[in-house]
Amino acid sequence: MIRRTASIVAALTGAAFLLAAAPAQDSAGKTLKIVSSLPRTGSANAQTTSMVNGIKMAIEERGGAVDGFTIEYDDMDDASPQKGNWDPAVESSNAKKAIADETVIGYIGTYNSGAAKVSMPLLNKAGLVMVSPGNTYPGLTKPGTGEPNEPAVYRPSGKIGYFRVVPTDDIQGAVACEYCRNDLNAKKVFILHDRELYGKGIADVFKKTAGATGVEVVGFEGIDPKASNYRSLVTKIRAAAPDAVFFGGTTQTNAAQVLKDLRAGGCKVPFMSPDGTFEKAFIEAAGKDNVTKEQGGVFITFGGLPSDQLTGLGAEFVKKYKAKHGVVPEAYAVYGYEAGRVLLDAIDRADKKDRASVLAAVAATKDFTGALGTWSFDENGDTTNKTMSVNTIKDGDFSFLKAVVGGAAKAK
Amino acid sequence: MVRAVAAVEMLATCALSRADSVAAFAHDGALSSWEVFGQQLVTGLSNGMIIALIAIGYTMVYGIIELINFAHGDLCMLGAFFALTVVGALGVDQWGGAGGTAGLVMVLVGTAAFCGSLNWSINWLAYRPLRKASKLSLLVSAIGASFILVNLGLFWGGLPMDVFAGGTSSAAPKAFPALVSSDPAAQIGDVIYSRTDFLVLCVTLPLMVALTYLVRYTKLGKAMRAVAQNPTAAALMGIDVERVIGATFFIGGALGGFATVVYSLYNQTVSFQMGYRMGMDAFIAAVLGGIGNLPGAVLGGLLIGLIRSMSDGYIEARWTNTVVFGILILILVFRPSGLLGAKLREKV
Repeated sequence: MIRRTASIVAALTGAAFLLAAAPAQDSAGKTLKIVSSLPRTGSANAQTTSMVNGIKMAIEERGGAVDGFTIEYDDMDDASPQKGNWDPAVESSNAKKAIADETVIGYIGTYNSGAAKVSMPLLNKAGLVMVSPGNTYPGLTKPGTGEPNEPAVYRPSGKIGYFRVVPTDDIQGAVACEYCRNDLNAKKVFILHDRELYGKGIADVFKKTAGATGVEVVGFEGIDPKASNYRSLVTKIRAAAPDAVFFGGTTQTNAAQVLKDLRAGGCKVPFMSPDGTFEKAFIEAAGKDNVTKEQGGVFITFGGLPSDQLTGLGAEFVKKYKAKHGVVPEAYAVYGYEAGRVLLDAIDRADKKDRASVLAAVAATKDFTGALGTWSFDENGDTTNKTMSVNTIKDGDFSFLKAVVGGAAKAK
Repeated sequence: MVRAVAAVEMLATCALSRADSVAAFAHDGALSSWEVFGQQLVTGLSNGMIIALIAIGYTMVYGIIELINFAHGDLCMLGAFFALTVVGALGVDQWGGAGGTAGLVMVLVGTAAFCGSLNWSINWLAYRPLRKASKLSLLVSAIGASFILVNLGLFWGGLPMDVFAGGTSSAAPKAFPALVSSDPAAQIGDVIYSRTDFLVLCVTLPLMVALTYLVRYTKLGKAMRAVAQNPTAAALMGIDVERVIGATFFIGGALGGFATVVYSLYNQTVSFQMGYRMGMDAFIAAVLGGIGNLPGAVLGGLLIGLIRSMSDGYIEARWTNTVVFGILILILVFRPSGLLGAKLREKV
């Protein structure tokens, strides 16, 4: 009896599913969905909000439709309040949700390279194209830069389905080191990292470049990103007497605390960090008194140009963003915008509006006129754009120092 | 309590006035090995004293109702938000001079009162109804309280105040204004004993003395010890057990409040996630020293601070947690009830 009831229930549920699914399939012909998966809970929020605004602006510019298809957009969160940062469980569930929803035609994300490691194989298997506005870990795409099994491990289908509009860390780490040597005249550096994919990766490149260019590395150490302070480490750094300290990490992995403890512990040498700290939250967490030039100065590399240095379409974007939201966009906003634009452009070019055709169209992107200049996706799915910048902090805000075109100096 | 506050005030004033006369950094290049050791000692002791103060709150509560109060670290975290709010709302960082010292004392006492009351309320709402339930239910209730506090902290950080960066990102770490500068209060060679280090000493030491006095020589202290030994017998002797438990929570919370202000001034950071690490360090300290034992918590705190500092300095920062827990396990293997822990109480 129980079994029969169960089977009736199952049959009814099945029928209900079919009924529910039927209208969705009808409208699927008219609506295409783009999703983004970025850490919306946590301290990266200010950065990701402006990225989401960028994506929305890219969609609005096309009147919310491409080639007669309405574009829907879903802003997913890959962070959890417990972590205050991206969470592998949430990122994986986001990817699965996007795959299960047949109307989803493109996946914009992730912000953190570690998160991309989780969703890349899933999306690759499903043939859903992924465009990242924020991942900079080289191993995700470039053979020979990360682990031996990278990037093949992210491509279970054997094809490339992941693309990024942002230049990678192997270029950034090298640019940082060269700036340290040539502009800051540092002969000895102390390198710290947060032991995460992004931070350690960039610190490794920095170390390699230092070795190749004759800068002495007087210390290389991974920190505990949850420690309450780093005073003991600072004593160690003082004892090594470096000319500069490089921290491979982000605001979320305690970059500001490292800086504060350096200054409080009396170590007043230039502090360098990568673009994971290129957000207002970093200055706010560090406190205005600790980031000044008198305290040694803070130098931050960024895999592109800051908003006020953009030209052409990029400058137009910043103007429109300011008019719409009343504030200057955070550094990564334009990458969100660019990711959205390149994806929409590919959907437009695709002859059939299915996942396979859109993926092929994204891969075929060539000499794309974007907010970041004219660029293409190379055979690994990387942007050919290699413009970087070095920035400092002045009067409590970021201030552009110089643009550097990376890649000339090989990180290898 | 009043006595302790007066002592804090006196010592804090002393810390702030004397440091002005000390010369600025005379820091020339590398430190010698004894200077490095001395500096690590200073760092370890300062961190250790803060941990000890938090550990006391843990150990007091455990001593009296055998609850590992997992919400304690997060209570301290909320205290830090309270302190930052007060500092921001009144602009304490702009007062300067004697006003600044008065402001600092006010923030200390206010936060202690806030944390004490909050801890008392948590006990009343979340633990008191479970007095007769199994210890496990009580523990789960404490974990629940911890989650609620964390989320309150997350919400609090999003309030539109300047000190919270206008509330643009509730989860981002906030800078705590340096009410006490980190200039040297004393300096031997290149070993810097900063004003914040001195502040830590000025706040923790008198509080520990006051607490020892309270527990040993006052009526309330006697009642607390009686309840810890045997609540039923204590009740039969006419002790209002619930009132004593409430007072214990208040005092433990208040010490946490003092600790969190000192912590915030020392690290200059407030974040909704900081409670986890504060609570974890303090818990390990309490266990190391013998949970339920007050001098044990202090000893444990100092040891944890020193071990962390030495491991960061002489091994490598990434091994520090391994070293701390390794030592904890070793000590517990040979002394299961901690360094100063009494032998397990007989309950017939």
